[in-house]
Amino acid sequence: MTSYRTPRSRAAGLGSAKHGVGHWIAERVTSVALVPLSLWAVFAALRIAPLGYEQAVLWLQNPINTTLAVLFAGLSFYHMGLGMQVVIEDYIHRRSTLITLLLLNAFVWFGVGTAAIVAILKVAVVTQVGVLL
Amino acid sequence: MLSSILHRASGVALYAGALILAGWAICLAVGPECYAGYMALLGGPLGKLVLLGLTAAIFYHTANGIRHLVWDAGRGFDPKFADLTAIVVIAFTVAATAATWIIAVMTGGL
Repeated sequence: MTSYRTPRSRAAGLGSAKHGVGHWIAERVTSVALVPLSLWAVFAALRIAPLGYEQAVLWLQNPINTTLAVLFAGLSFYHMGLGMQVVIEDYIHRRSTLITLLLLNAFVWFGVGTAAIVAILKVAVVTQVGVLL
Repeated sequence: MLSSILHRASGVALYAGALILAGWAICLAVGPECYAGYMALLGGPLGKLVLLGLTAAIFYHTANGIRHLVWDAGRGFDPKFADLTAIVVIAFTVAATAATWIIAVMTGGL
């Protein structure tokens, strides 16, 4: 196998940061899962649009809808975090701005994504509407 | 060229869309008043415009994403074929977005 590294770089032991491949693969794996989940999300939005509060709660409490909603939220927030990271790294070259935006992206996708999943689970498990048993 | 920058643009738009979706789930969890207010906002003129854009963005990004996955598998690099699939993706986006909004009107979601 041909090595494209220079003898100096091999001797210095400086290569890539060794996590680019993981990032690349994670973006692809989530994208494969998001193809059917995105189509479901459009279908779900059409179902939810005419519903009022109580009906929307009951819709989300259906175990299949809860599962797909959590999967869609988790995978789309993860995927968009990975994608936005690449966009930031491609266009921002000033180091302090780069680090600030990368941190902001990490906090937004992980923080808001977690809040979304907690909200879905709260509706699914805690919220009570309609006739009480 | 165009389809590449559109992939990024639609991806960034969907980032905002995911935040809107999170807001929807959070308002549903908070209670009826929050939910009614949020749905009224989404159902207003500006909300509808944003949702129309997001519908096109999710269809485009999903279809063009499949194109990227095929390239990642090492196939579909022939320029003529790549141009053809770019047109197919744009045609699909327009058709699927139109179909979605026609269904929304017919089912009372609009």
